[in-house]
Amino acid sequence: MTLKILYFASICEAIGSTGENFDLEPGMTTLGALRTALADQHPALLTTKNLRAAVNRKMCDWDAVIADGDEIAFFPPVTGG
Amino acid sequence: MNEVAVQAADFDVGAEISALTAADPAAGAVASFVGLVRGGEVAAMTLEHYPGMTEAALADIVTTAKKRWKLRTVRVIHRVGRLLPGERIVFVGVASAHRGDAFAACEFIMDYLKTRAPFWKKEETAAGERWVDARETDNLAARRWRDGEED
Repeated sequence: MTLKILYFASICEAIGSTGENFDLEPGMTTLGALRTALADQHPALLTTKNLRAAVNRKMCDWDAVIADGDEIAFFPPVTGG
Repeated sequence: MNEVAVQAADFDVGAEISALTAADPAAGAVASFVGLVRGGEVAAMTLEHYPGMTEAALADIVTTAKKRWKLRTVRVIHRVGRLLPGERIVFVGVASAHRGDAFAACEFIMDYLKTRAPFWKKEETAAGERWVDARETDNLAARRWRDGEED
């Protein structure tokens, strides 16, 4: 499946990109599997403490199931307000 | 007027508070919160956000507050971009019939905003730039509202 990946804040800086399209291997279905697959190119996704992610603009846990065409964002814990 | 706004521009606190109850004679209380950029070693800060998700997350928080307390009108404004010490960052205004609901909902909205809305602060100091770390006290503040909540 093809996913639209976005990176924000310190993750965006560490990776040097605001996002990319990514083809996830067949058989991988969770947000956690995507994180591991992307970490081959972007180690910051594994080394960042308390990394958070959103699927289609909703914060999700790593066991969330993802589908073709989903917008997936990776970012550090939020610090607004 | 939209209940939530994410914008670079400043806002007028007095006008926002007045607007909450301008057309609502049933409102008997307004509670509001304004968050500012703290000075000191911070020369400026830049707020980044996730366009689209930010507005949805704020709207979700307002919806949750409205289910939990009896509220009349709610307004949340959060600024993005580069801000200087003393500048306003965030406004939460809540109108209700009685003060208890307005006080509680205002604090709840801020506590949830701090842990659920996708904003990130980067500070400029004499030593350079740094991303602000999330604080455990903010997580604890948000968690104390969770009793009896579904998610």
